[in-house]
Amino acid sequence: MTTICILYPDLLGTYGDGGNGLAAVERARRRGLEAELVSVGLGDEVPDASLYLLGGGEDGPQRLATDLLRGSSFVSRVRDGANVLAVCAGLQILGMTFCVEGDDEFEGLGLVDVVTLRGERRSVGELASRVDGQLLVGFENHGGRTTLHGVDALGTVIKGRGNDGTLDGYRTKNIWATYAHGPVLAMNPWFCDEILAAVLGAELEPLTSVADQLYQERCRVLSA
Amino acid sequence: MGKSSPIREQVASVAVRTVNRLSRLSRRGSGTVVGGRVGMKIAPDLVSSLTSGRCVILVSGTNGKTTTTSMIVAGWGGSVTTNETGSNMPAGHVAALVESKNEHVVLEVDEGWLAGTLASTRPSVVVLLNLSRDQLDRANEVRHLAERWRKALEAHDDDKLVVVANANDPLVVYAADVRANTVWCDVPTSWLADALSCPQCTLAISHVGSAWHCTCGFAKPVKVTSVLGEELVIDGEALKLDLLMPGEFNRSNAAMALTALHCVDVNLEEAIRRVNAIPSVVGRFSVRRWNGHVLRLLLAKNPSGFAAMMATLPEDGSDVWVAINARVADGHDPSWLYDVPFEMLRGHRVYCFGERRLDLATRLDYARVEFTVVDNDSLVPTSKETISLLANYTAFSDWLARSEA
Repeated sequence: MTTICILYPDLLGTYGDGGNGLAAVERARRRGLEAELVSVGLGDEVPDASLYLLGGGEDGPQRLATDLLRGSSFVSRVRDGANVLAVCAGLQILGMTFCVEGDDEFEGLGLVDVVTLRGERRSVGELASRVDGQLLVGFENHGGRTTLHGVDALGTVIKGRGNDGTLDGYRTKNIWATYAHGPVLAMNPWFCDEILAAVLGAELEPLTSVADQLYQERCRVLSA
Repeated sequence: MGKSSPIREQVASVAVRTVNRLSRLSRRGSGTVVGGRVGMKIAPDLVSSLTSGRCVILVSGTNGKTTTTSMIVAGWGGSVTTNETGSNMPAGHVAALVESKNEHVVLEVDEGWLAGTLASTRPSVVVLLNLSRDQLDRANEVRHLAERWRKALEAHDDDKLVVVANANDPLVVYAADVRANTVWCDVPTSWLADALSCPQCTLAISHVGSAWHCTCGFAKPVKVTSVLGEELVIDGEALKLDLLMPGEFNRSNAAMALTALHCVDVNLEEAIRRVNAIPSVVGRFSVRRWNGHVLRLLLAKNPSGFAAMMATLPEDGSDVWVAINARVADGHDPSWLYDVPFEMLRGHRVYCFGERRLDLATRLDYARVEFTVVDNDSLVPTSKETISLLANYTAFSDWLARSEA
């Protein structure tokens, strides 16, 4: 059984981020794999899972989610190699520090050496980046400017801002992070399948769905 | 630009009317925004001078603004000045205010413009319906909006202002509990996903039955108005709601509209009769014809609106049409489709229309709802039944324009 776990959707789920869990589970099930979606609410223990999902959130909830995760088993699980997809606020939370409510610096989980400062202006709009030769498409809406220290970016921005106008997100052995919501796994079936394949340690059979048409349409629009 | 003078404001008022008339004649616009902008260039304090001496009620919130505004207008009776086309920012307010000089004024106000409109119109009553995620690319974050409302209400220096506020929406309560003179309404509020964590301290809010509270002390206020099914109680007076318009959310809207009218001493027995008799509001809930199909048009712009509207659909497995656009007025980011509980449509076949029909179809596919992407309108099979068509803002306007009464 593959367990996909959404962390604190009540706090980190502003931009339809629940769709990432839904897309991952559906794409696994349609290939005949057993997969379940669980979500961790306020006061719940963090369970064992094949993939953890962190979404976007507003300042106050982002702070609370960080504190809750800091006191949970999540940090040691990720240090031990648990897989994580982190979007927007989630991307910031895994880093060293981020800014909330003006320029107040807040300590992140320190799992990845990245630092997020308050950007000069908010980044709102379509986001497209090139990830290993493929386009990753979505929508960004955040006030951060993220700097990577010895960590690889996930992609190179071709439209929108991402971390800093040039790079988007980051990628470590077990973490995928991006500013693209969308939800990103629902809109980018190839990316969803790549993460699923890595998590399962197996090649996946091809799967055709209407998401392919949506992905092609967004690529056409965003690279025009 | 200097301080406004009466002459300057008269010139400005004439300009507003002239430009809007030209805009309508040339069919370049709906004729409610351009003129208002011109007028405010000439006289920046135009809204203040146009509302001075009039009895104003403002209505704001994420969902139900237009409907509630219409209910207050109808319930008040007689001639009432209002921005009925839904142009709910200052230019639209100016256009409505110069078109008719009635003593009674009801204005629908965009959530982001509440602070300025409170200060400029100095209303008798402001109705705060609800706050939930909507057009986040434009409004950014909904808690931030609640904070702005709270600051505006705190800063407002008119002690006579009555706030009519939804006691079941923690974000609205957070904004309105800074006022001493708030009338709380205990109305059905199904969407709470944006206020699961306390707006005051961010900890989890616990809901027990219809009550809610946080450990920090932030809690549901004492009610004055309550709605239970069709029974409505306002300030101790029991009334019967029998709306022509469907849905629990419309009973909430009516309860708040009538509470606002009670605050300006309108007879509730007469008001409720007029509110009950409203058949539809600017095409919403209206039955229309298009290409041999009979359609019931339902506006749903965001997750809470969709959830409320889907709950009114017949459970007979009939076809449902959904139309989604992502233009400026809709918000460019359709990620909210994943916050809509489309799983409710399992058992129906959904035809996907609009510019973002592929986004919709993908969402429905992941929800295991049967769907058809409509690239060519003429290929949709005709049915004898009335079809429910749910559409977001600009898609709704498109369907209203292309269909006939």
